[in-house]
Amino acid sequence: MKEIVLIKLGEMVLKGLNRRTFEDVLIKNIKYRLRGLGQFDIKIAQSTITVIPVSDDIDLDDVCDRIGEVFGIVTYSRACVCEKDIDDILAKAPVYAADALSEAKTFKVESKRSDKRFPYKSPEISAQVGGKILEAFPRLRVNVKDPDVTVTVEVRDYGAYIRCQTLRGQGGMPVGTSGLATVLISGGIDSPVAAYMMAKRGLKLNAVHFESPPYTSERARLKVEKLLRQVSRYAGSIEMHTVPLTKIQETIRDRCPEELFTILLRRVMMKISSRIADATGSGALITGESLGQVASQTMHALGCTDAAATKLVMRPLIGMDKQEIINISRSINTFETSIEPYEDCCTVFTPKHPRTKPVLRFVEAAEREAELDELIEEAIRNTAVKTIDP
Amino acid sequence: MSIHYLDNSATTAVSEAAAQKALCMMTENFGNPSSLHKMGISAELSVEQARELIADALGASPKNIIFTSGGTEANNTVLFGAAQALKRRGSRVIVSSVEHSSVYESAKRLADLGYDVQYAPVNSDGVVDLTELSALLTEKTILVSVMAVNNETGSIQPTEAIAKLIKKRSPEAFFHVDAVQAFCKIPLKPIKWGVDFMTVSAHKIHGPKGVGAVFIRDGARLIPLLYGGEQQRRIRPGTESAPLIAAFGEAVREADIPASGTVIRELNAYALQQLSGIDEVVVNSPASALPYIINISVKGIRSETMLHHLEESGVYVSSSSACAKGKRSYVLAAMGLSDDRIDSSVRISFCKHNTKDDVDALIGGIRTGIAGLQKK
Repeated sequence: MKEIVLIKLGEMVLKGLNRRTFEDVLIKNIKYRLRGLGQFDIKIAQSTITVIPVSDDIDLDDVCDRIGEVFGIVTYSRACVCEKDIDDILAKAPVYAADALSEAKTFKVESKRSDKRFPYKSPEISAQVGGKILEAFPRLRVNVKDPDVTVTVEVRDYGAYIRCQTLRGQGGMPVGTSGLATVLISGGIDSPVAAYMMAKRGLKLNAVHFESPPYTSERARLKVEKLLRQVSRYAGSIEMHTVPLTKIQETIRDRCPEELFTILLRRVMMKISSRIADATGSGALITGESLGQVASQTMHALGCTDAAATKLVMRPLIGMDKQEIINISRSINTFETSIEPYEDCCTVFTPKHPRTKPVLRFVEAAEREAELDELIEEAIRNTAVKTIDP
Repeated sequence: MSIHYLDNSATTAVSEAAAQKALCMMTENFGNPSSLHKMGISAELSVEQARELIADALGASPKNIIFTSGGTEANNTVLFGAAQALKRRGSRVIVSSVEHSSVYESAKRLADLGYDVQYAPVNSDGVVDLTELSALLTEKTILVSVMAVNNETGSIQPTEAIAKLIKKRSPEAFFHVDAVQAFCKIPLKPIKWGVDFMTVSAHKIHGPKGVGAVFIRDGARLIPLLYGGEQQRRIRPGTESAPLIAAFGEAVREADIPASGTVIRELNAYALQQLSGIDEVVVNSPASALPYIINISVKGIRSETMLHHLEESGVYVSSSSACAKGKRSYVLAAMGLSDDRIDSSVRISFCKHNTKDDVDALIGGIRTGIAGLQKK
């Protein structure tokens, strides 16, 4: 029995004239994620994408796992392909549904006939298929209100399908349809979540990571690569820019008041990231900042940080509690990696008592004292670029 | 004299790539994976890469994979570790009556320690009887261990159906699958099937001896056997055997289930056809067995005698399982075979490098054996 995957599109079906572009991007993204699993024929009709395995050793479980990670998909399901012929549907339905029905006590059959040339109306199809299933599994009862299993028969333009279980997709919009943005990624819990959330709104990502060898270790960078690899399962290929920050941090340490270390460092990060965003055609910065979480994320501190950016800064976690962020982090499987204990550059030279209400004027004055401009240029020149794929 | 090695379920030749990898890990990339410096990171990366390859092969994530010193340690870890972790919930442990000795003997030890150990019988095909198993499953059952493929006969157990049955009858119980003979030979999907622990080993798939791994499902609990450092989430402390682990990964990378399957099915069909022409031979493996293994009995000739006779013409097979030298096979006994048949049983096991030549040498050897040995 030939099995395929049917994919229902998300809110993008509402997008009027842009719809074709959206669909094309989504199909491209699906193809990208299915790479390595075998050969597929992927097409779209009637706002449904069909993924048809061409090579025969394809594992549909793997296919479904991957499709479940692609943004722009509301629901998807495995389906058995039938001839557009009632006898073929009746023959295959009890066999195909057997597995799904093995643990069930009640079921119902739902039919959708979008090809009106098909000689049986939806209720007739449901009644006949239901009858066949009852014949095959006499212990089952029909329950139309709250069935354990719903068997759906779809008669569409290109074929007829039987499906038993509908899976929830990621929702959101296809990655790339909103443009490109630059995520500032540490090794912590928050920034991968922020990256995931903005990719969900259709942004393609590149990433900036700061390191301070020898204060930070290579393991810290490998950890970030691992986090980005996990994020790229959803967000697609990510170009990672690793910026060496040691000299800048040492200079700030030597020339500036201790309580401003963190805020000055954050401003440098914003400046460098803005430059990298400009150079890569990215339209915004994304950070994992959440209001009040730490001293550098108070309203005043964020104001000082923000003033250093020359791009729009997106902070999707700004109003979230830590536990809410952790929950998302667990659901996208970045949590376990995020909590691996390596020193990152934000924890190098942390002041004992950081200023929680910094005043921009004073911060800028301290920054001028440090004379960082040339060092910033040098850091940008020494940035290493690497592409991260799932 | 050319070698016809048909004892691949005992162990296999290490592949060139796996051996090279191990050598490189011993002589160049020899850092301690836990060291903070570059040498350490580099070794760690190789270990983690292997972990990922094995996780991929099992449809799992790397965090589910713990390396051990082999299948025996992996099986012991699960049997003792899971039984201990759940001992407040109950005391019944069920293993099939055809398990490998590393499960079977661990189960016996658990019985000595006071656990209520039960043995699930098999039918004449060597397959666990689901009705009988169902009857043994109680609310107090904490652990069930049934292998994926039997090492002596190649009988394939209905792992998925057993998992379902356990979920229904004993929802609290953990399910362990010893998949040493199945790994990289048939697709294994522990997460999808509802398996909590799964044992695999390197040296049956052209990797080195001394390394295995256990799959541990998210949320499945184990009390460790060993105590020490922070390695492997403290489930299996001790400096990882990076050379063996990396070589294991290499062997998995080279494994190609469909491609090898085609080669082996052909060899199996050819061997069975040739064997059917010898009146004194009866095949003990069921028709549904994994084609990598054929267990036969040669009427009137003791296993060891036949084994040594074949050896004279460069053909290597085994008598029952290599881990139980000389003991009468409890596996074949559990299938209801007569003592005569058990005492004359020989196991032939293939790998992708075998050819029809090897089968011809085997058949020739069996024929001369029957002619010569019976005369004596």
